[in-house]
Amino acid sequence: MPSQRDILNKISAVKKTRQITRAMNMVAAAKLRGVQEKTERFQPYAAKYAEVLASLSSGVSPDVHPLLVQPEKVEKVGLILLTADRGLCGSFNMNLINAGLRFAKERQAAGQQVEHFLVGRKARDFHRRRGVNVDNALTGVMNTVDFDLAVQVARMGMNAFLAGEVQEVYMVYSHFRSMAAQIPTVVKLLPISPDMAGEAAPTKEGPSLEYLTEPSAEQILVDLLPRFVNVTVYSGLLNTATSEQAARMAAMDNATKNCKEMINTLTLAYNKARQASITAELMDIVGGAEALKG
Amino acid sequence: MANKILLEVVTPDRLLLSKEVDVVVATSVEGEFGVLAGHAPLLATLAIGEMRYRDGNALDYAAVAGGFCEVTGEKVTILAESAELAREIDVDRAKRARERAEQRLAKSQSEQLDYVRAEAALKRAMIRMRVAERAHG
Repeated sequence: MPSQRDILNKISAVKKTRQITRAMNMVAAAKLRGVQEKTERFQPYAAKYAEVLASLSSGVSPDVHPLLVQPEKVEKVGLILLTADRGLCGSFNMNLINAGLRFAKERQAAGQQVEHFLVGRKARDFHRRRGVNVDNALTGVMNTVDFDLAVQVARMGMNAFLAGEVQEVYMVYSHFRSMAAQIPTVVKLLPISPDMAGEAAPTKEGPSLEYLTEPSAEQILVDLLPRFVNVTVYSGLLNTATSEQAARMAAMDNATKNCKEMINTLTLAYNKARQASITAELMDIVGGAEALKG
Repeated sequence: MANKILLEVVTPDRLLLSKEVDVVVATSVEGEFGVLAGHAPLLATLAIGEMRYRDGNALDYAAVAGGFCEVTGEKVTILAESAELAREIDVDRAKRARERAEQRLAKSQSEQLDYVRAEAALKRAMIRMRVAERAHG
């Protein structure tokens, strides 16, 4: 049976842990708000983009732009895997990595090679441990997600695609559905299929506007497509960052609760030990008195 | 008012501007163009350049670093990679950016990717400075 002092030490240790997890929960909450605001400000931009692209790309032949060309045979696919840089957020990172692994396995079963593009320290560390080539990795970036980062990530994928190293590019990100549900999702980035933009755009009633264009519609599309990839990647990054903070909040909330429970149990144990020792002391005194009397 | 047009400037990070104005002049890859209320639907690729808009007697400038412009009869939407209003421009920063870009240009060979990027950076810096100058001058 542990001594009273041991139990007291343990209680104070758990209390300190609780303080830390509680603080981390609040930090995550603050960061979550920041990312959510960013997402909100980005929404109109993304929506407009999808809308314009959808109205432009309907009925355009894929010869206009290399990013539209559907491959005849896919030998190698690129996989952009977005994870967090830091742990302590429950199964968040593992869920994403598993989604990536599942995807890679399917592709390998179909005889295709998979080239990894890893964003976030957790993805890189995991794949390095498994001996996967991690040259294309960005780490330490998920703390401040901005559009420049999206451009950087998108460029990795697009460069490989345009150089012909990979014939398709996919992205695994965490879709932020709600505070309680973050769903690892796989989306196809390249080649761009015209209906992809259509899906992203809210379906509008009536015929779309006939635009005058300057320069030609095709030229605009050529400029627009790479940027659309940036926009898609950015929204993936924002979703992932939001999910990360939400997952961390939930994990830290749980940890705080567990600490509380543990403190209760320990306090109970301490009180019992204290009582037991008092009882034992009383018995000693009573026993001593009895002995003197006799 | 009926003869005003709503101007919205959107960047990935924020809604920069949303305002009813009389006229908008922006720089497309083929040159400057002006938009008044009731303009035919138009879609244009914007170059790195300045944008100005007039509301009554007030004329304001903004620097736009490439993007798109969509015009419908009652609304102009500018989707910019990045954009700044004239009064927000940090002239010192733009100057430093110009110096950096010039150094990079001097070092790199023409036609290479680095050269192209440095050139774009230089252009952005120059436009920023010009816009800032106009607003204050």
